[in-house]
Amino acid sequence: MNGRTKKIVFLALMASLALTLSYLESLLPPISASFPGIKMGLPNIVIILTLYCFGVKEAAAVSFVRLAGAVLLFGNVVTFAYSFAGAALSLSLMAILRRLDVFSAVGVSVVGGVSHNAGQIFVAILLLDTPQIGYYMCVLATSGTVAGILVGFAGSIAIKYFKRIYSGVDR
Amino acid sequence: MKEEQRKVAEVRRRRRNDIILVAVILLLAAAGIAIFLLARESGERVVVMLDGEVFAEYSLSDSVTAEIPSGIEGKNRNRLVIADGKAWVSEADCPDLICARHKPISHEGETIVCIPNRLVISIE
Repeated sequence: MNGRTKKIVFLALMASLALTLSYLESLLPPISASFPGIKMGLPNIVIILTLYCFGVKEAAAVSFVRLAGAVLLFGNVVTFAYSFAGAALSLSLMAILRRLDVFSAVGVSVVGGVSHNAGQIFVAILLLDTPQIGYYMCVLATSGTVAGILVGFAGSIAIKYFKRIYSGVDR
Repeated sequence: MKEEQRKVAEVRRRRRNDIILVAVILLLAAAGIAIFLLARESGERVVVMLDGEVFAEYSLSDSVTAEIPSGIEGKNRNRLVIADGKAWVSEADCPDLICARHKPISHEGETIVCIPNRLVISIE
């Protein structure tokens, strides 16, 4: 298998993994009754792995395929608007921070998680015309940080073992 | 040797920045919640809207139990209770009962909504 084919296959696997994690997350019972929409952000483990081990373009491709798959299978266009806004903002910030090398993967993941929520809240404020929703960010920032830390640690471990797995495929 | 020391120092630096980042975020979130809780004002009136039109108004200091018919021809209803300076829905026959499970409201701007019955109870 040549290098390019291997990369395409691997990224396709990552996209389906992210999509599956996204679906699994939706099956879990809501963490809080008063605060719907709080998620763990498991698919971000995959996005971070792809970002660190390949690059922004690859991570963006994986992210886009995952969102497209999710909306085609489980959601509606409105869901896609929210998810896309969140994912676009999240990935942009994560890519910039990675380049600046200020934080470890955990810090980058925290920013990714919180900004993902921020993007969704922003779209919600625009579509529903209620700025009051902004206060919700306080709760989401807290849960997003906790989730971001866990996702960041999981992603770091994956990144560490990535080279071994990726080059081992040729055998 | 030098290379290893440099790498360890880098990891420590990133980890330190991570911690500062998390601390700042949690601090800002806590501040936001504090502002939200402190800035809200107690309300005076309970306004009941059916189908977008004002149906009834009460004072928060009243002691009232009111049956509110739904916006749909008398089929469903909600029971509004106002007591102790708070308002809540004690009974409803809508399918999801989100309105009945809602915490009692008493501050300006708070609302209890029953979408199936097209009912909005708000505090002004």
